[in-house]
Amino acid sequence: MTAVRTRRGYDGVAVAVPVTVPYERYSTRTAHWWIARALGRLTAAAGLKPRDVDGLCVSSFTLAPDTAVGLVQHLGLTPRWLDHVPMGGASGIVALRRAARAVQAGDAEVVACVAGDTNHVDSFRQLLSSFSRFAMDASYPHGGGGPNAAFALLTDAYMRATGATRADFGRLAVAQRANALAFPHALMKSPLTLEQYLAARPISDPIHLYDCVMPCAGAEAFLVLSEARARDLGLTAARILGTIERHNAFPEDPIQLRGGWAADADDLWSMAGMAPSDVDVVETYDDYPVIVMMQFEDLGLCPKGEGPAFVRANDFTVGGSVPHNTSGGQLSVGQAGAAGGYLGLVEAIRQVTGSALGGQVANARTALVGGFGMINYDRGVCSAAAVIGGGP
Amino acid sequence: MSEPPRPPRAPLPKPPRRDPQVRMPVPLLPPAQRSRAALGMLAAAAVGAFRLQCCTACGAAAYPPRDACPSCLSVDLAWTDLEPAGTAIAETTVRAATDPYFREHLPWRIGTVVTAAGPSLVASLHRDVSVPGPVRLSLKIDKAGNPIVVALPPSDTPLMEEDPLLRELTAHPRHRRALVTDARSETGQAVVRGLLAAGAAKVFAGVAEDWRPFPAAALPADERVEIVRLDVTDSRSTADLAASIGGKVDILVNTAEHVRPGGFVDRMGMTDQHAAFEVNVHGLARLAQTFGAAMRARGADGPNAAAALVDVLPIHAHANWPAYGLLSATAAARHSLLQCLRAELRPGGIRVIAVYTGPVDEAWRQELPPPKVTPKQIADGVVRALAEGLEEVAVGDVARDILERHLTDPKALEREISR
Repeated sequence: MTAVRTRRGYDGVAVAVPVTVPYERYSTRTAHWWIARALGRLTAAAGLKPRDVDGLCVSSFTLAPDTAVGLVQHLGLTPRWLDHVPMGGASGIVALRRAARAVQAGDAEVVACVAGDTNHVDSFRQLLSSFSRFAMDASYPHGGGGPNAAFALLTDAYMRATGATRADFGRLAVAQRANALAFPHALMKSPLTLEQYLAARPISDPIHLYDCVMPCAGAEAFLVLSEARARDLGLTAARILGTIERHNAFPEDPIQLRGGWAADADDLWSMAGMAPSDVDVVETYDDYPVIVMMQFEDLGLCPKGEGPAFVRANDFTVGGSVPHNTSGGQLSVGQAGAAGGYLGLVEAIRQVTGSALGGQVANARTALVGGFGMINYDRGVCSAAAVIGGGP
Repeated sequence: MSEPPRPPRAPLPKPPRRDPQVRMPVPLLPPAQRSRAALGMLAAAAVGAFRLQCCTACGAAAYPPRDACPSCLSVDLAWTDLEPAGTAIAETTVRAATDPYFREHLPWRIGTVVTAAGPSLVASLHRDVSVPGPVRLSLKIDKAGNPIVVALPPSDTPLMEEDPLLRELTAHPRHRRALVTDARSETGQAVVRGLLAAGAAKVFAGVAEDWRPFPAAALPADERVEIVRLDVTDSRSTADLAASIGGKVDILVNTAEHVRPGGFVDRMGMTDQHAAFEVNVHGLARLAQTFGAAMRARGADGPNAAAALVDVLPIHAHANWPAYGLLSATAAARHSLLQCLRAELRPGGIRVIAVYTGPVDEAWRQELPPPKVTPKQIADGVVRALAEGLEEVAVGDVARDILERHLTDPKALEREISR
């Protein structure tokens, strides 16, 4: 599944203005409200008027009955390029890829990429019961565990295959919490010890409380525009060094022990002209720690099946040997619906442009970002990854 | 990973009397929404078969149910009987859920099973399934009336039917209280014996016209049997009995039947027709009116919950047999009535079971040649349907033959059966 032709780079494309609208556990507002706030901050920070945004890419689970179409009229925008990316945790990177090509081709000049969701008191239950046709037909009727149960099965299989222990997953969660304590927008504000992690109540064995993200309301956004325009606006920008995207990879695997990254990682690194060990910051999609370990393996940070040893051998805090999920990740910041698919990318933009809100990785020039989305039935269908770099 | 040897299981205790001071739990149902393709599993689940969709073009099996083959994009997928075997490769026990029904039924054990036919699937796991390990797959109908895949241990285990999952998905007679509506018939008597043998806590045996002699030896001398006065043709009788025992009938088995040979053209007057419909159709309707609402309300009352309504009726509900044309017509009406009851009792999670029989070996069919179905076979069918949570059972060779012909070509059957 490697690309036959050399892929064109993202020359001339800038990524700028990382925006986070601070999360709330529950909100009486709507997705429209959260997305409007993100776009407002985005344009204000860039020194643009909302009408200057001529491209818009939206991801949200709670816009219904609207899509991006309803949103542009609602918000009074007149883009000439509009996209709606329903890919959950892969949305951020997929939006980045598409927006970059639109800017490169001249189809749009300034693309606002935004993901936002509200979280009403009963939103989560309603989302679970009708998440997808296969989930409705064939997984939700078995105990109603939703993604906790689906990831519990993957975690159980991964532990059987690799010998990973709960403590291995715990090391990731504990390091992320340490990173989150410096990040002002994290919902989790108290330290987490490995003992607390291990003693947490079971949710769906072997998943326990601190393996799960907290659903919340919030929004994340960034701008994709030409380097020239970014310079004119005086914006500090990041560059896109390489990206990959894959859907429904390895459908013949009886259970998901690898994501689509395994099919395309070589393509990613050859496009970026780097080796995995060269990156300064790693932002994985972390709705459960098992998927972090799969990204480490499939994206080449360690050999396949050696995620547990890699985790035991490294320190994942901002100042550690592998600075990872440096704002705390979804496990400690919260999962604001589709914004969870943006969180790592927005944080990576901050890290490589030296504008971290919390812990800044010293001399961070490049970052690897993973995306993973949509447990349509028994496995995550969408996977994506990007390598970005700071400075010209 | 080797598992520690499992300690022997303690049998399910006899349920305590319900505490009248505690509010009766309102029956909740699991999420009911399904695609039309997923409902394709229901036909198999209803009869205890195991079928998945297979592509008629390339032969690949597919799951979850869908509209196109994931191997070749053909849209010609056929529900195909498959070996119900697989291997469980991962498991979890769900301990937290947001859905109110599941919250009441946690923990719920599920697993990933690789089927012998190919696809992986998520199944609910019987407590005795070892992971990793072989499983026997079974399609069951959940409380909302929808099909789900259950993985059972590869061979029977001690007390396997007492698994909480199977107690929820079936109406096994053990520890349950049943009413058999017509204990004067040999079929009714056989059903009483079958329910007792399956561990029923109580069997109320309905006897109509109690001024007529009723031989005590017809029913086993068992303290769990209680003869009650019940005439399904008498609205007052059914209402009186429901007022007396309606709150403790967990399983209702209607064995009442009026049988007279012949059809319509050569029958004089309306007497037989009135009598046949009175017993076979209105009798079932009266039982539904008097017992149905109470059963539905008691559908989630823990170990004392109501579970199933069973009707024993001729297979000729599906195709009229002119030799017994009147009886067949009442059976068709009864079949339709059962479909309605299935919907009306679903809010309580009450399983409505049709036990279809061929000609029964008893006095009113004395002149018919074999094969005939014995009352014991019918009783076995009733108990099996309850124990496995089926919705439809065809008992005996004739019933199975007619059902198969009906499913293949109902019009050809109509012609064949009138020869």
